[in-house]
Amino acid sequence: MAFIWNFPLFTIVLSLFSGALCMVLRPKAARYYTIIYQCFLIILVSFVLWFTVTSDSQFTYSMGEFPAPWGNEIRGGVLESLVALAMLLVLLASCVAGWHFLKIDIDESKINLYFSVINLITAALMSLVWTNDIFTGYVFLEILTLSACGITIVREVGRTTLAAVKYMILNLMGSGLFLLGVVLLYDFTGQLLMVPMKSAVAAVLTDSESMPALTLSVAIMTIGLGIKSGLFPFHFWMPDSYGWSTPASAAILSSLVSKAYIFLLIKIYYRAVGIDVITQTPILKMLFVLGICGIIFGSVSATSPDTLPRMIGFSSAAQIGYIYMGIGIGTHLGFVAALFQLLTHMVTKALVFLAAPYLEEASDNNIKFIFLQGAARRDRTAGLYFTFGALSMVGIPCLGGFAMKLMYGQAAISDPSSAKMFIIMITLAASSFLNTLYFIRTVIRLYSDPEEKASSERQKLYKAQAENAKRAEGRRGFVIAGAFLMALNLFLGLFPWIFEALINQGLAMFS
Amino acid sequence: MTSFEKWFYGETDVLNHAMDEAREPDSPDHARKERVKARLAEIRETEQYRERVENSRKEFRGLYLAVTAVGAIALIGVLLYVTACLPEYGAENPHTLEVITRYIEKGLEETGAVNIVSGIILDYRAFDTLGESHVLFTALICSMLLLRLDRKNMRSDHEDYYTVRTDKFFDLSADQIFRRVGAFLVPSIFIFGIYVVLNGQVSPGGGFSGGAILGAGLILFSASFGFEKVDRIFTRKVSSIITLCSLGFYSFAKGYVFFTGANGIENHIPKGTPGNILSGGMILPLDIAVGLVVGCTMFGFYSLFRRGSIGGNGAATGKSSK
Repeated sequence: MAFIWNFPLFTIVLSLFSGALCMVLRPKAARYYTIIYQCFLIILVSFVLWFTVTSDSQFTYSMGEFPAPWGNEIRGGVLESLVALAMLLVLLASCVAGWHFLKIDIDESKINLYFSVINLITAALMSLVWTNDIFTGYVFLEILTLSACGITIVREVGRTTLAAVKYMILNLMGSGLFLLGVVLLYDFTGQLLMVPMKSAVAAVLTDSESMPALTLSVAIMTIGLGIKSGLFPFHFWMPDSYGWSTPASAAILSSLVSKAYIFLLIKIYYRAVGIDVITQTPILKMLFVLGICGIIFGSVSATSPDTLPRMIGFSSAAQIGYIYMGIGIGTHLGFVAALFQLLTHMVTKALVFLAAPYLEEASDNNIKFIFLQGAARRDRTAGLYFTFGALSMVGIPCLGGFAMKLMYGQAAISDPSSAKMFIIMITLAASSFLNTLYFIRTVIRLYSDPEEKASSERQKLYKAQAENAKRAEGRRGFVIAGAFLMALNLFLGLFPWIFEALINQGLAMFS
Repeated sequence: MTSFEKWFYGETDVLNHAMDEAREPDSPDHARKERVKARLAEIRETEQYRERVENSRKEFRGLYLAVTAVGAIALIGVLLYVTACLPEYGAENPHTLEVITRYIEKGLEETGAVNIVSGIILDYRAFDTLGESHVLFTALICSMLLLRLDRKNMRSDHEDYYTVRTDKFFDLSADQIFRRVGAFLVPSIFIFGIYVVLNGQVSPGGGFSGGAILGAGLILFSASFGFEKVDRIFTRKVSSIITLCSLGFYSFAKGYVFFTGANGIENHIPKGTPGNILSGGMILPLDIAVGLVVGCTMFGFYSLFRRGSIGGNGAATGKSSK
């Protein structure tokens, strides 16, 4: 066994230990430690990705001396390494870029606790990606839920507390449903590890009476993970918890936490139940419909709010809808498109969430559009990053969003006999129109001349604040991390075939 | 927009408009916001407004109840149906019994633990338990983020706020009956807790349950004798160090076992004689680590909710730095 196969274990165990360690470190030390540690993890996971891709190999790693199906197991292949690497990169960028606001939003004595939670989130994300055991998935899902509440609540103002309570109630409901699904599946199969479970499911299905019950237990699990990742109609907590938490938390919640749940779902479909079994059930049709509803309702809702964070929050709901629509198509190309969207949205949403607060800060911390007029002129870097993210989500060629929409189009056309083709095409057109409507409207407002709307006194204040912001600590981190995310997005948009090939290679290893 | 839609999109102020919007109010806009707030407060006083709020509240409550009832009944129906379809007891698929058969038949031999449950959670499926013990730790950190007193959450206009938050208000330690009973109960609870932790591998019990008992003992001790007595030995620093050492030991010990197991290396951990205290390989030290973490965490929750700090030195932050 190659030594590299030990790296996923290190990413999990060391992250758990770092969580405990940051609790006793001083605030500044905890921050530097976390950032250096994340760079270290990125190197480890890059090695795993490089090795899996070049040798076209996958591995299962038994956690202890007992092999499957008796002991726990983790597993890695191209897809896991790719998603894990993307998650770590975005996590690092969020921690670096959100530092300026972290210092404002969090009491100094609690900054080390915040980084402790960040390390626990890293451990949970890594475990959810690498796991080969459905119950391990549940355990780390709990850690992820709790720590996500923790990073929401940390601002300690009324609104974030309320948002975190909402987030917690819905997420606990989702966890509960997921656990019920796991228990029912365990009752049928007697297995918790994914591969033995898949063969047990195949054996159970020879008895035709079990099919409806099996379908329902997988459906309960799907709904549980759907609630947690903000699938329509459970998307209404998103704008609150994203809009009111500190920017680093908002970026982590929207681009990483929700994606981890979706990735776990895809992994369960492929490896624990079997994709051929899933396609026989109505679950994918349900996801298809809910995904499309999410896209349309999310986009329509995003046109109405008068504040920037709420608009971005609703647009997140629409983007999550895209992923579920891709899963719902049910074909190989559909899953490829969904996974590509997972990566694109991860990179793009983090950029938008990290840039938006700087625009608000350049407008005296006002979040309403009316005060944000001309904000991009006052803070040009943040304006550029926000516009870049917005254009990507609208689907301008060369950017990640365009490649994503193209993939969805290809997935639709590949199966022209199905009615889904028309529905997907119409949804793509409608959603691109709505995306353009609310994002471009915002961008125009950000760049238009502020003189018309604001008094000269306020103008002076805004300018002074923008000048201060440019000199503030943490600004350089934001500039670098934003540029990095922008480059990643451009890379996704210019060379989508690289990722397509990687996803194909990974999916082939899944089944 | 109806009131339901407002709730749906999270625009209703459940906290009765008592919430803060901007980060730091220090600008001309602040004065404007204050004026708007005052005007809103005036409107809120009128009879008409109250009536409207009351009506929408009723409307919402009705709808909410209906939707909840339908959802709950549907879920109950689905679950009953699935349960009815489950394989009958004894007539399961042969696959179903594969895992538990080995746990029951070979558990003692392979893990060295008479208590099969301990063997399963700390040996066969130790990775899950490693995660599970960190769930508690995560909950503790999140409670600390929210409840530990700091400059932000101590800012209140209420006069008695500091007294209430720092546990000068509901102090029970002056109660004679409480003290006497506590003096009698606390040592026995501690001894029982230690017994449960140490005997996890030979009898029902283990780190989680024993730790909860230890935590309960600490809670009773602090409730009957006051926090000052606990603070003499159990400060924030002590609690953090115990938690760090236990979790660190747990992570690295299990990391070592995972590493050796996956790479096919002998791990040189003696299994001991089944039935003795020193048996079950790593189970005993792991149980002790889990017990310490759980005990600290339970007491931490109690202490955070009652006075906003674990250990004495944290409580000062709020008032003195104001």
